[in-house]
Amino acid sequence: MMEITEGSHAVAEAIRLCRPQVISAYPITPQTHIVEALAEMVANCQLDAEYLTVDNELSALSACVGASAAGSRTYSATTSQGLALMFEVCFNASGMRLPIVMSIANRAMGAPLSIWNDQQDSISLRDSGWLQFYAEDNQEATDLHFLAYRVAEDHSVLLPAFVCFDGFILSHTYEPIDMLSQEDVDRFLPPFSPYERLDAADPISFGMYATPDYYLEFRYEMDRALKDSKAIIQKRGTEFGQMFGRDYSAMVEGYRLEDAETAIVAMGSICGTTKDAIDEMRDEGKKVGLLKIRVFRPFPDEETAKLLSHVQRVAVLDKNISLGAKGAVALEVKDALYGSGIPVKDYILGLGGRDVRKKDIKAIVALAEKGQGDIFYGLRREVL
Amino acid sequence: MTLSIGCRARPGKARNNKTGSWRVFKPVFDQEKCTKCGLCMTLCPEGCVHETEEGFVAPDYTYCKGCGVCAEECPGGAITMIQEEK
Repeated sequence: MMEITEGSHAVAEAIRLCRPQVISAYPITPQTHIVEALAEMVANCQLDAEYLTVDNELSALSACVGASAAGSRTYSATTSQGLALMFEVCFNASGMRLPIVMSIANRAMGAPLSIWNDQQDSISLRDSGWLQFYAEDNQEATDLHFLAYRVAEDHSVLLPAFVCFDGFILSHTYEPIDMLSQEDVDRFLPPFSPYERLDAADPISFGMYATPDYYLEFRYEMDRALKDSKAIIQKRGTEFGQMFGRDYSAMVEGYRLEDAETAIVAMGSICGTTKDAIDEMRDEGKKVGLLKIRVFRPFPDEETAKLLSHVQRVAVLDKNISLGAKGAVALEVKDALYGSGIPVKDYILGLGGRDVRKKDIKAIVALAEKGQGDIFYGLRREVL
Repeated sequence: MTLSIGCRARPGKARNNKTGSWRVFKPVFDQEKCTKCGLCMTLCPEGCVHETEEGFVAPDYTYCKGCGVCAEECPGGAITMIQEEK
């Protein structure tokens, strides 16, 4: 059913439909509306879940680890410093192979304090073994939660997943959402069937220690499971498309890319602005297209290389910076295109909530055509 | 021992976990100096020193981690720690 809903509330409703048994979260801007809405649903008996009001994010995710190990479908949500406080637990959750799903309302990292959007928070956990989905709009932010649980809980994956959507830009924006019914979601997402669970009658420990003789192999198995999850994403994304008409089988999606000379690569809400800018540039005769990255972990390297194989140049928009190196997305794209001879330029932009408009996208395409890039775009040099 | 998903373990796993592979130094027992006092058997933190049929003592190298407590405590100096090549 179509409804006009705030992004956060749409995500909360999606989570309700996923029937989580344990929710453990700590409020933090701009994630707050999600967990407030879920707390209300539990209080109003619209959602039969344990809602744990914990003292901070470290506790929030730790409780999810315990609950997931005990065999519950678990959910949390956070952003920025909250996610940073979960850092240690993030590695434990993936190492113990617990399919927790967590929404990230993407926000900049402090210091300096910024409550506004970029993607530095989740990007900084790219090595933690969690799947990372990025939504372009609130419809996608909603749907990706169903997909995330379906993929994460698959016994050949068993890894936790972030569903990332841009703080404020999406989380606080009202958009029309085609919300699935409970019957629809139940058809797509069966009840959580844990591979193994904590049980006093049949004791088991999770995440024991590994000596140097075994640790390397454990990491190999995690990496293998994450890479193999590509096939599961494709399978379940196709299924979702067949059932509800929105196909999420592709981890990367091209927009007017088939005959493009310049390809823009982007992730998240900026893709919408980019598509509008591309339409205007196309009207002016410029052959520009977009490669949208929906899944950043596992990284779709072969798919990226394939879709970009014919372009003359690539401009990557990074709402993050691996300080001392480059934007994280550009590093992946350069790796995927290594040896192809296609020049890839990186543009760090939109950090800490700086607006990115259509004119900025057009200016970046002009820079890319001149071979200029690997820069912070839109620097206010007068304040430096 | 094959890996479990998520490094999960049921109780009693230590029986299958051959901790002898951790060893760097290996205790070698000299029966000529051994007085059969049994102190090494009492003090071994792994409980892997046992009495042989002849009444002497011997370590179980499958589990001996090579901590060296036995060699340190042996009153007769009958136990020597020797570095192992792997």
